[in-house]
Amino acid sequence: MEQGAARLVPPPPIMVVSRVLRGFAVVLLLALALAGPARAQGEGGPIPALATTNFDELSRAIERLALSGHPQALPIVEALRDGRLMFRQEDRAVFWRDPAGAMRDAATGEVAAGVAAGGLRPLRLNNRVRRAIDAAVGALSLSNADPRVRLAAAERVFRSRDPEAIPALDSQLARETDARIRRAMEAARAAAILASDRAEPEKVAAVSVIAARGDLDARGLLAGLTGASPVVADAAAAAVAAIDRRQAMVRIVQDVYYGISLGSVLLLAAIGLAVTFGTMGVINMAHGEMVMLGAYTTFVVQEAIRNHAPHLFDWSLAFAVPLAFLVSALAGAIVERTIIRFLYGRPLETLLATFGLSLVLQQAVRTIFGPNNREVGNPSWMSGAFEIADITITWNRLWIIVFAAVVLFGLMLVLRRTAFGLAMRAVTQNRRMAASMGIRTPWVDCATFALGSGVAGLAGVALSQIDNVSPNLGQSYIIDSFMVVVFGGVGNLWGTLVAAMTLGVVNKLLEPVAGAVLGKIVVLVLLVLFIQRKPRGLFPLKGRAVEN
Amino acid sequence: MNLSRRSLLVGGAALAAAGTLASPAILRAQTGPIRIGVLHSLSGTMAISETTLKDVMLMLVEEQNKKGGVLGRRIEPVVVDPASNWPLFAERARELISVQRVSAVFGCWTSVSRKSVLPVFEELNNILFYPVQYEGEESSKNIFYTGAAPNQQAIPAVDYLAAEEKVQRWALLGTDYVYPRTTNRILDAYLKQKGVAADDIMVNYTPFGHSDWQSIVAQVKRFGSAGKKTAVVSTINGDANVPFYKELANQGIKATDIPVVAFSVGEEELAGIDTAPLVGHLAAWNYFMSVDTPINKEFIKTWHAFIKNTRRPTNDPMEAHVIGFNMWLEAVKKAGTTEADPVIDALIGVAVPNLTGGISTMMPNHHITKPVLIGEVQADGQFNTVWQTPGTVVGDEWSDYLEGSKDLIADWRAPMRCGNFNVRTGRCGGG
Amino acid sequence: MIRALLGDRLVLVVGFAVAAVALAIGIGNLIFPTDSALHAPTYTVSLTGKYLCYALLALGLDLVWGYAGILSLGHGVFFGLGGYAMGMYLMRQIGTRGTYGHPVLPDFMVFLNWKELPWYWYGFDNFGFAMLMVMLVPGVLAFVFGWLTFRARVTGVYLSIITQALTFAMMLAFFRNDMGFGGNNGLTDFRDLLGFSLRSDGMRVALLWASAVALLLGLAVCRFMVASRFGKVLTAVRDAESRVRFLGYRPEAYKLVALVVSAVMAGIAGALYVPQVGIINPSEFAPANSIEAVIWVAVGGRGTLAGAIVGAVAVNLLKTVFTANLPELWLFALGGLFILVTLLIPRGIIGSLGALRLRPGAKLGDDPAADAGRA
Repeated sequence: MEQGAARLVPPPPIMVVSRVLRGFAVVLLLALALAGPARAQGEGGPIPALATTNFDELSRAIERLALSGHPQALPIVEALRDGRLMFRQEDRAVFWRDPAGAMRDAATGEVAAGVAAGGLRPLRLNNRVRRAIDAAVGALSLSNADPRVRLAAAERVFRSRDPEAIPALDSQLARETDARIRRAMEAARAAAILASDRAEPEKVAAVSVIAARGDLDARGLLAGLTGASPVVADAAAAAVAAIDRRQAMVRIVQDVYYGISLGSVLLLAAIGLAVTFGTMGVINMAHGEMVMLGAYTTFVVQEAIRNHAPHLFDWSLAFAVPLAFLVSALAGAIVERTIIRFLYGRPLETLLATFGLSLVLQQAVRTIFGPNNREVGNPSWMSGAFEIADITITWNRLWIIVFAAVVLFGLMLVLRRTAFGLAMRAVTQNRRMAASMGIRTPWVDCATFALGSGVAGLAGVALSQIDNVSPNLGQSYIIDSFMVVVFGGVGNLWGTLVAAMTLGVVNKLLEPVAGAVLGKIVVLVLLVLFIQRKPRGLFPLKGRAVEN
Repeated sequence: MNLSRRSLLVGGAALAAAGTLASPAILRAQTGPIRIGVLHSLSGTMAISETTLKDVMLMLVEEQNKKGGVLGRRIEPVVVDPASNWPLFAERARELISVQRVSAVFGCWTSVSRKSVLPVFEELNNILFYPVQYEGEESSKNIFYTGAAPNQQAIPAVDYLAAEEKVQRWALLGTDYVYPRTTNRILDAYLKQKGVAADDIMVNYTPFGHSDWQSIVAQVKRFGSAGKKTAVVSTINGDANVPFYKELANQGIKATDIPVVAFSVGEEELAGIDTAPLVGHLAAWNYFMSVDTPINKEFIKTWHAFIKNTRRPTNDPMEAHVIGFNMWLEAVKKAGTTEADPVIDALIGVAVPNLTGGISTMMPNHHITKPVLIGEVQADGQFNTVWQTPGTVVGDEWSDYLEGSKDLIADWRAPMRCGNFNVRTGRCGGG
Repeated sequence: MIRALLGDRLVLVVGFAVAAVALAIGIGNLIFPTDSALHAPTYTVSLTGKYLCYALLALGLDLVWGYAGILSLGHGVFFGLGGYAMGMYLMRQIGTRGTYGHPVLPDFMVFLNWKELPWYWYGFDNFGFAMLMVMLVPGVLAFVFGWLTFRARVTGVYLSIITQALTFAMMLAFFRNDMGFGGNNGLTDFRDLLGFSLRSDGMRVALLWASAVALLLGLAVCRFMVASRFGKVLTAVRDAESRVRFLGYRPEAYKLVALVVSAVMAGIAGALYVPQVGIINPSEFAPANSIEAVIWVAVGGRGTLAGAIVGAVAVNLLKTVFTANLPELWLFALGGLFILVTLLIPRGIIGSLGALRLRPGAKLGDDPAADAGRA
């Protein structure tokens, strides 16, 4: 039967279904569905065998093709991977579309005149087929001229553990000069040897080669070794134990890194609040919505780039950062002029008014952009990960840590080294004196609030890279942000930094022990208790005022 | 004196208004339009999912009215907003039934909202069509479940992975609420029964809206390094999915290494993610937008015309509403009335075409028959069906794999008329 | 004492209005037939009952915010805990009528495979014990929280922020299914209270009247407290805590009493709310809910007691009308209300009415609401 296109036969409406039958119906049907294949074992060479919609047959056909030494094997398999391989139902002739768009006959590699993609059936894939493709591409491209392709090929063979690839690996190892590729190929060769029926000493040597990798893939391979002789099995078990010891160390470092990463997100979310709350005493409950505005600005920028200049997509964040700052800062300035300035000295009322504002902004965004999540893509330099000492570090999180640091130090520079920063600090410390010295305090207020909001907008750009861009974005960060600012001590950017990092790391160290939910609750309760001990946070501003 | 009169006005007016607010609506004559209620959140956190279902209902009603309504009467939808607030669901349900006098209600998404309105529907004897996949363990006289029960989604998906991908190790990740808890309990029992060791099952729960998945994805990676083929079964809900899949993609967990099969991720959820790195991850549903049948193409065309946006996806709960609405129409025609009791009786056995080319039937347990489809995520945000049950599967309201419910069945036909009949003790009422 | 109770005409008027409306709706529902113009539908009965519970919550909030200057953004905690205590009693009353017919365990415990009732569920099958818990649990929590906080002299916005953290942590905790409170689904499918079915009109009217009585009692208690010497000190603490301290008073003791009384009122409100809406779930602890309760008080006018009731009823009435008819506009309306009230009528409806009483030239400081927000 054809799995890919099984058709439904409407059953007669069964009115009474026995319990037993109902329970087993699915299992039975599944068994039927999987018992089908084992038909059509390749008549007429490897190419026509590809013309099938049965995933089992297709995987086997790919393996056969890779072993056949067919000159077109690699382009065909790559075409299959990219969804460019098709077949004609009547005679099972297989064609592929080359990147230029021309149809080629798979058997010959020649351009097939008069064949249109419309009349052909594209071959569909599932994960099993994809694994077969990966193995085939790996085995076929070990001798590729491009070192990156060779490295990837070696990794693929390591995963597929295909003993058939050993000769190809041997011949390539003899020529290979790049040390990194050599290592990968040796590991791949060792993996293939373990899967082969070679002699015991060779397998023991292979175990030690793989053990030297020391990562989780190696552990998986060694732990999953079946049917090995006692000597090999012992060697593998010892290697697994060694990897586990190493991984236990790695885990702690990894959790700390994740904590710093979470801390940098908290820092970004809170730092704008540290300005508005910390220096102005304004409780801006709409702070989260300023973050949201920044994220939506990123979305709009990316949409515009997608529609008008797709080649600039990797630069989208470079445009989004200043724009998000401006949009949120402008929103902040408007809010300050129309609402906040009437409420100075009444922090609790500001809290209520800005909470109302946050509801309005959320609903406004929901009305304009719809309630659904919006897709904000990662530019290529923020996608993927690399590994240092077995710790997977994702690029997007790493860039966010860097970005948080840049924003923090940028903000410190503005506050400490510019005339505006001086005016701002003066107004914070003594409003009347500052006014007497000729500082236009209303202007400073407005600019400070705009600055805080703009920084929130910057946070929005960063958060759009890791979280949902939805009208609820801001809400999910507002409580954490307040916690960070209060914990760190109001009006102290260093305090904010230390608080964010502490919360992030404590949270991530607790998470594996207590679970994500309980970890978060414990952190919140600890915070509440901490505030009782030190009501002014970690680094309180020193002053003579008795209260407020 | 002056003062008290004024304040009497203010103080009293607000309270008095409460009294006059909901004066009884006029009992509508049998010749007026037939009213149906649409009870989906249009604001708050659930608006993201439920707004679409409201639109689908409006479209279905509009299409049916073009065909002349039902019983020669027009259908009039009454849309209210329970605002993602669970007590408000019950309040709105009561309003729809006792003030707006609707004949049936289509609505709810979360289990808690259904649990909140259930007593109202039972007390006022009305009909609710519930369109979302859920944890089962319930069968009410007044509720018709058109979404999947766990055996129509979770168990076939696990079977597929075990058979096709030779998976031996299972990471069950879920949001901490009742649907993942129950589904994972069922899967846990099912897998153990199939010989999976307890060590090969990992269960992890996260809060709603969890956004930092670094530790958990790393944990899954570690779990997957035991040398056995590993898969993730995800019952992660709603907003938490986007950061989860982004983290998966960035940490380089490919579907060919550790496939993830999800029960709550559909076309609508994928619309917020770049799916290119996720190709090959799976979802189990009873409908995919990509299903290639004439009836589905027609549905998508009508939907795009109605919503005036050709990029809006369709998804499984939308199909459930299509089936539910058509079943209700058939039952009303069969009963010749919109009165609750005759329609409830008439609904059992009603069979209507679903959008995947088969027929769905309302069973005596108020659940329907559906095909189960396993789809792989494609780069364009759609699913490619890689496996499908040859026929339809009956929704199993009381799981056979849970201690408390394995002896229970529901049958709402006379003479049994019971939602929790215990086959062991032979009594209705659970025990 | 009687003079204290009768001293504020606005409070009297609002109190009478509450009693009159509750009576009228109850009688209208029970006595007049459905087709009578005077008939009050069941829907209205439950709705009004819900408003009155909200009003009681707002009243408690006004006591701490309006008179003690403690802006609690976490009163939902006390409301929710009271509600859960009542919910646990109602769950136990289901008995064998649950879907699994288990004599002791609630449904959600059966299908999550709990083997026995957790210890903290013991005793809740007894109405008296449950009612004690309705008051004791929120009261004790408020006492512990307040004792720690006020002693450490956490005030103003810091206090507000940690109350918010408290309710947020509580919400996360109750969402956990391992807690044994039903997780996100909460407690639901209640059957009867003291042996009477919750689904009967008589029961609904009884609950409405119970809510009205609780509200009037709460109003009397608050009025008595604020009119007494205790209330004078409390107001002084609100306006100048340090000065009161230097005069030899212990402000934290006064604030603690106010907070505990307020929390108990919120707990009772929650307990009455649950059987009327039929469900209690962790979203009652959502920080936004608690902030919304604050706005009721602000709209009505803080530091007036009557204002809390008027505000709670008015805003919720608006909410009912808006979400039924103009759902997209509801958040605009609510948000706009927050902004406009704080900007334009900082004293709220009742506070502004009260201000009319003052002769021109009277000092603003006489008005309790004017300084209430300045922490």
